[in-house]
Amino acid sequence: MNSREKLIEVKNLKVVFGKGKNKFVAINDVSFDIYKGETFSLVGESGSGKTTIGRAIMRINEVSDGQILFHGKPINGRIPKVWDREITQKIQMIFQDPMASLNERAKVDYIISEGLANTKNYKNEADRQQKIRNALLNVGLLPEFASRFPHEFSGGQRQRIGIARALVMEPEFIIADEPISALDVSIRAQVLNLLSSLQEENNLTYLFIAHDLSIVRFISDRTAVIYKGNIVELAETEKLFSNPIHPYTRTLLSAVPEPNPYKERGKIVEIYDPTQHQYDTHPPSFMEVEKGHFVLANEEEIERYRTTKKMGVS
Amino acid sequence: MMEANHPQERILSIQNLVIQFTLRGQVLKAIRDISLDLYKGESLAIVGESGSGKSVLVKSIMGLLDKNGYIDQGQILYNDMDLAGFKTEEDWLKIRGKEIAMVTQDPMTSLNPLKTIGKQIEECVVLHQGLKGKEAYHVTLKLLTDVGIYDVEKRYKQYPHEFSGGMRQRIVIAIALACNPKILICDEPTTALDVTIQAQILQLLKNLQKKYGLTTVYITHDLGVVAKVADRIAVMYAGDIIEVGKAHEVFFDGKHPYTWALISSLPQLGSKGEQLFSIKGTPPNLFKEIKGDAFAPRNQYALKIDFVERPPFFKVSDTHYARTWLLDPRSPKVELPEALLAFFEEGRSYANEQ
Repeated sequence: MNSREKLIEVKNLKVVFGKGKNKFVAINDVSFDIYKGETFSLVGESGSGKTTIGRAIMRINEVSDGQILFHGKPINGRIPKVWDREITQKIQMIFQDPMASLNERAKVDYIISEGLANTKNYKNEADRQQKIRNALLNVGLLPEFASRFPHEFSGGQRQRIGIARALVMEPEFIIADEPISALDVSIRAQVLNLLSSLQEENNLTYLFIAHDLSIVRFISDRTAVIYKGNIVELAETEKLFSNPIHPYTRTLLSAVPEPNPYKERGKIVEIYDPTQHQYDTHPPSFMEVEKGHFVLANEEEIERYRTTKKMGVS
Repeated sequence: MMEANHPQERILSIQNLVIQFTLRGQVLKAIRDISLDLYKGESLAIVGESGSGKSVLVKSIMGLLDKNGYIDQGQILYNDMDLAGFKTEEDWLKIRGKEIAMVTQDPMTSLNPLKTIGKQIEECVVLHQGLKGKEAYHVTLKLLTDVGIYDVEKRYKQYPHEFSGGMRQRIVIAIALACNPKILICDEPTTALDVTIQAQILQLLKNLQKKYGLTTVYITHDLGVVAKVADRIAVMYAGDIIEVGKAHEVFFDGKHPYTWALISSLPQLGSKGEQLFSIKGTPPNLFKEIKGDAFAPRNQYALKIDFVERPPFFKVSDTHYARTWLLDPRSPKVELPEALLAFFEEGRSYANEQ
């Protein structure tokens, strides 16, 4: 977080699936900013809507209400074609499952350059090949791999191809949706290191979507916890981990098994009971408890949280 | 506490097991001469990367090896029987389910979508406990209650798609328990689940282990899960067990460089802004004969002998053994990275507190 320039602003985002009786509000009034150069993490259980937010920013899911700004300009709704092009190029995504996210019938060369071809972002054939070469080298693969098919690679290598595909577009902002949860322990570290060195070299901003909190703690600058379509807590990562305030955050943190048999044996896992809030009579809002630390709570709870602050889990 | 549930009665003993697969005319050695004892009432975790052979090992205990796989040598001793010698399905039916049951990884695919979950559990009750009608029905309901499902009479009549992932995993566990097994094998029981659900399922498994007096074997690559459930840990690499010991011994007094590497690549040991430790290279090709220590080419502490001769098990304590030449008195002392030493230090400090 060297500069505090806002790259992405999400304002009162609402995503609704279905209509009428089948209406389902996946994301309910979510707002947050992502600063340039930082890694912002979204954590939550499956079904909490973290992927939906990522996909809304990618413009895969339609936004029902609210706004998403990139460099201060809206990216959803009616926008000029040139700007649309630019966003397509500047915002890229890395997917969860490297086994499913690559076209089995296309060569690596095609997989990586598909985006280039769509945006005609190369001068001539030689330039295109050079770009692919560089993208492959950047992610630690050999340029010769361009002529191979995805099935010839291991999971870690495939994920690198997925990253190369995003990189070749020269993006500013990358959404990484559980990029390492499908990988083996020893490969995870490699891919994590790759992501952070690429961030430094290319001045990238990441939105990191994950459910593995130990990795989130390692990689991200700020973290938002999402529960059933609402962000319940948002803070700088270390603050969130050392002083979790919302009961759901505390549950989530206590559920993560630590690599210490002594600690684990004595640990009691907290269970989150959403009925503990009286939100029908006293609706909650997203409030700042301390600088940069936001919690979803109502007046009465915020008082309680303020007084019993510092009750960190570990 | 740990000593209490670690009696020395052996329930299963694997001796010098070698398992091979024939694939496209080539022979792949998936398990390379493994010996392992399982003690009654304990919970053992087998840790390793994918491809290390941990699933193959437990599948061989259940007689579930793929058609092209076979036990080349060695014995699997259980109740005076050698499971490695079993040839027919009939032999295996005496063991499978009744004596040794298994909870698989993905609860989304391991249930029959066309049958109610009650019928699926009852099927096992009828087959393995020999009960019928009303009796079987009641046992089924009791099992459902035991695995933490409410409103059992209504749930009995529901189909798998009406349940969430965590609930389905509970049902799979109920099916495994319906066979009244002595040994329960859990193959990555929680990888498909959320952390909060994972915590609940692991707690459930621990409770059931006590209640039913089970011996459990966990297969996992998540060291956090291992820390939560295991009394003993066996670390596997390239078809071999390279270190085995009590949980705290392997975590905080690990001796094999691969164990060190696994622990070092935990994000908890990294410091922000710096590169996380990662194991270089890839696991060896098991089609080829492995000489020496399989981990040697990726091992920064490798000695010359590691490339020539397979290390034997060196004894660290009565319960802790490691297969590395570094434990040989003639080998040089190695300097471990500070983050790892700090992790050992911190971990051991908890031991004194208890």
